[in-house]
Amino acid sequence: MIEIALSCIGLFCLLAVAGAGLGRASAGRFIVYGGCLLIGAILFGTGLLAIAEPAQRIALPLGVPWVGVHLRLDALSSFFLLLLGLGSAGASLFAIGYCAHDEEPQRVLPFYPLFLAGMTLVLLADDAFSFLFAWELMSLSSWALVMAQHRESGNAQAAFVYLLMAVFSGLTMLLAFGVLAGPTGGYAFDAMRAAHPSAGLTALIFALALAGAGSKAGLVPLHVWLPLAHPAAPSHVSALMSGVMTKIAVYGFIRVVFDLLGGAPWWAATIVLAVGGITAIMGVLHALMERDLKRLLAYSTVENIGIVFVGLGLALAFKANNFPAGAALALTAALFHALNHTLFKSLLFFGAGAVLHATGTRDIEKLGGLLQRMPLTSAAVLVGCFAISALPPMNGFASEWLTFQAILLRPELPQWGLKLSIPADGALLALAAALAAACFVRAFGIGFLGRPRTAAAGNAHEADRWSVAAMAGFAGLCLLTGLFPGVTIDLLAPVAHALVGAAMPWQTGDAWLTTIPVAASRSSYNALLLFVFVLGSGGIAAALVKRFGSSGLRRSPAWDCGFPDPSPMTQYTGASMGQPIKRVYGALAFHARDVVDMPAPGDTRAATHTVTRTDYIWDGVYVPLGQAVTWVSTYLNVLQFLTIRRYLGFVFILLILLLMALALWQ
Amino acid sequence: MAVIVSLLVQFAQMLLVLALAPLLTGVVRKVKARFQRRIGASVFQPYRDLRRLMGKDVVLADNASWLFRVAPYTIFACTWVAAALVPTFATGLMFSWSGDLIVIAGLLGTARFVQALAALDIGTSFGGIGASREVMIASLAEPAMILIVLSVALIAGSTQLSVVADHMLNGQVGLRVSLALALVALTIVALAENARIPVDNPATHLELTMVHEAMVLEYSGRHLAMIELGVALKLLLYISMIACIFAPIGLAGANAGIGAFLIGGAAYVAKLAVGAVALGTFETSIAKMRVFRLPNFVGAALMLSLLGVLLLFVSRGM
Repeated sequence: MIEIALSCIGLFCLLAVAGAGLGRASAGRFIVYGGCLLIGAILFGTGLLAIAEPAQRIALPLGVPWVGVHLRLDALSSFFLLLLGLGSAGASLFAIGYCAHDEEPQRVLPFYPLFLAGMTLVLLADDAFSFLFAWELMSLSSWALVMAQHRESGNAQAAFVYLLMAVFSGLTMLLAFGVLAGPTGGYAFDAMRAAHPSAGLTALIFALALAGAGSKAGLVPLHVWLPLAHPAAPSHVSALMSGVMTKIAVYGFIRVVFDLLGGAPWWAATIVLAVGGITAIMGVLHALMERDLKRLLAYSTVENIGIVFVGLGLALAFKANNFPAGAALALTAALFHALNHTLFKSLLFFGAGAVLHATGTRDIEKLGGLLQRMPLTSAAVLVGCFAISALPPMNGFASEWLTFQAILLRPELPQWGLKLSIPADGALLALAAALAAACFVRAFGIGFLGRPRTAAAGNAHEADRWSVAAMAGFAGLCLLTGLFPGVTIDLLAPVAHALVGAAMPWQTGDAWLTTIPVAASRSSYNALLLFVFVLGSGGIAAALVKRFGSSGLRRSPAWDCGFPDPSPMTQYTGASMGQPIKRVYGALAFHARDVVDMPAPGDTRAATHTVTRTDYIWDGVYVPLGQAVTWVSTYLNVLQFLTIRRYLGFVFILLILLLMALALWQ
Repeated sequence: MAVIVSLLVQFAQMLLVLALAPLLTGVVRKVKARFQRRIGASVFQPYRDLRRLMGKDVVLADNASWLFRVAPYTIFACTWVAAALVPTFATGLMFSWSGDLIVIAGLLGTARFVQALAALDIGTSFGGIGASREVMIASLAEPAMILIVLSVALIAGSTQLSVVADHMLNGQVGLRVSLALALVALTIVALAENARIPVDNPATHLELTMVHEAMVLEYSGRHLAMIELGVALKLLLYISMIACIFAPIGLAGANAGIGAFLIGGAAYVAKLAVGAVALGTFETSIAKMRVFRLPNFVGAALMLSLLGVLLLFVSRGM
């Protein structure tokens, strides 16, 4: 199995070379994306088959001397390989059609397979060097993809912020592995598993891994690159970055904390729970205020990463308290949600790309009425909106339901920190789910329903066949994974077994495919049956009403209380739709203010209405940090133009200082 | 044979909630009318309204999409299935395990999602105002509901409503602070979710504070009938839920005989009548709130339910 995965990496690299060579040729699109589609399917199959198998290893005589390249495919990597295969196959299928009108394909084609190769290698790496090499390859190739449309304003700055955050992430992961390896320098993961660092070092490694993986995944306050980079990248790349790459970061966190460290103390769980809960809430509140469709989706990714980390935090808490069954449930919920997020977020980014292509804008205030003009795209996006809003019977609900079951599992944990943070996270999660529903009512209702607000939206056309196929496929998968949650839960059993020493009860053998996380008397959920009930009762009701009641239908202008206004500008906008929520939550979360300047009677100047919002994290952390760097570099600037004698003097002084330090140390 | 009987009981429950829902609405209206010293319409008036609406043709806006036409049936079906999952006269019915309390909340969330989207479909400002306010209220009421579920589940050790009702009926639950908090919170959530005073006024159209009526303004004929029936079912669902958790007296067991079912049915009708009179009294005695005072009211439910859950995490005996 691992040989297949390894040859897939090789094939990705070949496709990258082919992409560079083919450049502008129209065949390049078919060869590169078609190839990536096939390799993605192979990776999906490999992950699916290898997940229940024992771990496989391979060592290559490459890389750093005496270390080499160690690769390993175990249950955890297999699951993420499956997720990566699925996401990349979908994105490639979408791209075959979507990139037909790409003006500069040579800016995307070479880096796209390289990005996929980097992500695959991260999953296979079994030593710190290959892991970090793959991690940086993933970051750099995706940076090149973010820069693909570099002439549009703002994109270069977005890519710069992305690169800075990627550097930070790489640096913290490097330090985490450095501390894990210890003074003897065992850089193979096996040596790290065997080493048991002291409590202080464990804390340090945990903090570094959380910061390193968290900045790649988009945990608050390290999420700032997502809303900048996702809109800048081409849509199929946004889908990959949001749907797959953030999951690779989650994989990095699980690999280091659950596998290499073998768990973390309970206080670490409270930190993960707190960060996850805050991330979920801040992400969705930002998404509710956005009018750029892709920025909105980026913030919603932040929210979902928060939900995944809440699950991981619960798993850590239960693991630290020696409760493997609970840890298995929480971990399964988190990984299930990660898979679900890949499905519905890729779907929604495809939809955003199709809309961008059809109308030329991502601004929901300039859209409207797309349900009639792009029926297939809109229907698929609607399914994605249902799924991401955690509504039954879709997949998002199944994983959030499991997370709630994990929260309820054991209230009598001994530590006070957990006693308070677990119910608080339950509240945050419930709030985030409700706000996500509000957010996607707004996004779909303003963007796709109503009357077209601009001529561009009125003349929108349906997306091409390839794109529609990708969207329809993912919409179908969202429904299927929602209707049969037991299949995914059973798939995850070996992963949970390997990481926390227990697995959830087997689901699919049970009668009627009911999901029972702990015991039937405790909770159960049968999505398929409920779906059939809803469909059946709705269908029967419709048939009966039409048979015995009236079946007539007459079209007329909208009623609108007798005063319909023909101008589409009188419709509710995204801003007005979000105004009540902004008023309730915004004052606290963003210091949102509405300022109305009403001129006195007789004054002829125009009245104005200004809305101000403060992004506390950007203004409070990143802006001061940038100013500090500018300040320091301004003062250090004098060092740039010294004579050679002075430089030599500095070197000499530094040498003396180091020797003195060494003398004091001994 | 046993399977057929339990299947019949399950269907009896589904038909019972459907048959009683308009009557419940009629009784609430009658109570309110009597308090206002009016005679009021007959308690059976909602049935006549439904029959009249079902018989009328639909007048559809020119630009209405398929979503607008599918929505009434979806809303009705989701609410009906959710209402059928709540034990009314007996616990442990055949399909009661297909969804727990969180699923019931989720199904109602699906119905609301579809309702809000349908309101935005025509592109009129009334639909928008209703939808935006609805999601604002739901963003507070829905997490409160989930937290109430959590506190009830922590006490009963299950999120399954049948098991919860059995536990409340037979277990030594006693008086608990957390249950009292949950009851107050659930009452507020029920008022908000059913668009009752003080959150919304079900008796008026064309008032600037309206929420639900603004969303369904463009509906007519059989579509409106399905939505009205869904509204009645939702009210019945919440009263049944409160009765089932906090007053499970008279509920028949899973495989009880016909006598126990009859007693359970009589107790259920009595509970509904009490609920209807209480709701009518409450609605008459309080004024409608301004829209932006609502977050305080519904937020109180959120805070109370959170307090209940925290108390239970701190001590199981609270």
